[in-house]
Amino acid sequence: MIPDNKISKIQELIYEISIGEVMKTNLVTVTAQTPMSKLREILREKRISGTPVVEGDRLMGIISIEDFIKWLANREPDCPISEKMSKDVQTLYADEPLTQAVNKFEKFGFGRFPVLDHESKRLVGLITKGTIVEGLLKKLEIDHIEVEEVYRHRIKHFFDDILADKVSLFFQYDVVGQNFKRAGEGASRLKSSLRRLGLDPQIVRRVAIATYEAEMNLIIYTEGGKIRVRVEPHEIVVRVEDSGPGIPDIEKAMQPGYSTAPEWVRELGFGAGMGLNNIQRCATRMGLHSVVGKGTTLKIHISTEHGVKRETDGIDSQAESGR
Amino acid sequence: MTLEEARKILEAEVIVGGDLLGMEIKMACGSDLMSDVLSFVKSDSLLLTGLTNPQVVRTAEVADLAAICFVRGKKPDQLTIEIAESRNIPLLTTPLPMFESCGRLWVHGLPGCSEYEKKH
Repeated sequence: MIPDNKISKIQELIYEISIGEVMKTNLVTVTAQTPMSKLREILREKRISGTPVVEGDRLMGIISIEDFIKWLANREPDCPISEKMSKDVQTLYADEPLTQAVNKFEKFGFGRFPVLDHESKRLVGLITKGTIVEGLLKKLEIDHIEVEEVYRHRIKHFFDDILADKVSLFFQYDVVGQNFKRAGEGASRLKSSLRRLGLDPQIVRRVAIATYEAEMNLIIYTEGGKIRVRVEPHEIVVRVEDSGPGIPDIEKAMQPGYSTAPEWVRELGFGAGMGLNNIQRCATRMGLHSVVGKGTTLKIHISTEHGVKRETDGIDSQAESGR
Repeated sequence: MTLEEARKILEAEVIVGGDLLGMEIKMACGSDLMSDVLSFVKSDSLLLTGLTNPQVVRTAEVADLAAICFVRGKKPDQLTIEIAESRNIPLLTTPLPMFESCGRLWVHGLPGCSEYEKKH
């Protein structure tokens, strides 16, 4: 069954669309002087059942396969098409709404109507039931694409529609320590979610890379932890928390190439002492707080506003020695 | 060049993603260090690597890499293949070692990541 709203959509469209939008414009025409004996060839070759008769771009009449059969059946001698064509032709104007064409098809039962330019009365196209259906389908498809774009646009501007002093979306990913089989799953799921929100792919990439590095750190060095992501209108904040063992010397940990990773971690392609640097490169701002024996909190801020340059220098870090 | 052209140059075999060989490869990088890949490799690159664990595919996914080719005839385990398949990341394997793989692609005009940046 066709849902009601689809019907009303088509009804709407036949009032909205003009005949000129759907008509066939690359026309096969014949001249009034063409002999009837040639008509069969033309109709068969072009796979049509009728065609306008013209002189220049002026419509003189219309000739159809029915006229041709009648001529054949009567075994009349060959003659110019002008003698057998319908001269009193029903026409439509290109600027009329499609509903006008639908009415005429119903009223006259003809297979086709020539379409004229309203002002100059010149022949500009031809409309058949087939071209109407094709035109409607195309329009429905375009409308569908537009609706999808509007939907995507809306999700992007989701925040604009919410009236509040502060708006944020929150996701959480739980990471199990030492579980290498699932390493990166959090970052992967976060990435898909952010893409669905319609965020800029380069920003999503930066968030994903930073989160992936942080997730690897959780898996390599800790018993596990949580990745909490807050998406706000102008910023994405990834907060990575674990409950130990903590980083004794953050300054040292931030040095490129400095690593305490065991050999088996290096075999996985990580643990080369680049993780925190990578995170910092991706972040607009980063905060690292660690207490030995208690745990580490890493806050990664990534601005979603265009034209914001990365600040590669600013890091507020704080390390406290364990008690 | 297309991934299929790169595959021919590398005499590589397709592990997964045979339907994606028509994709355009803009540049390539060779590395076994995933943190390096994450920090300097650009989107739409081909990654050549000797590592075959799932983290390689995760790295490719997270960093928007186009495809991965394992060097020296290495083949990944089932989990790695499954992740790649679900993320539409083609996996190839070439019998050539890393240096020769990179060299062949470079000679055929495929730029490295730093060159690509200069050109564009």
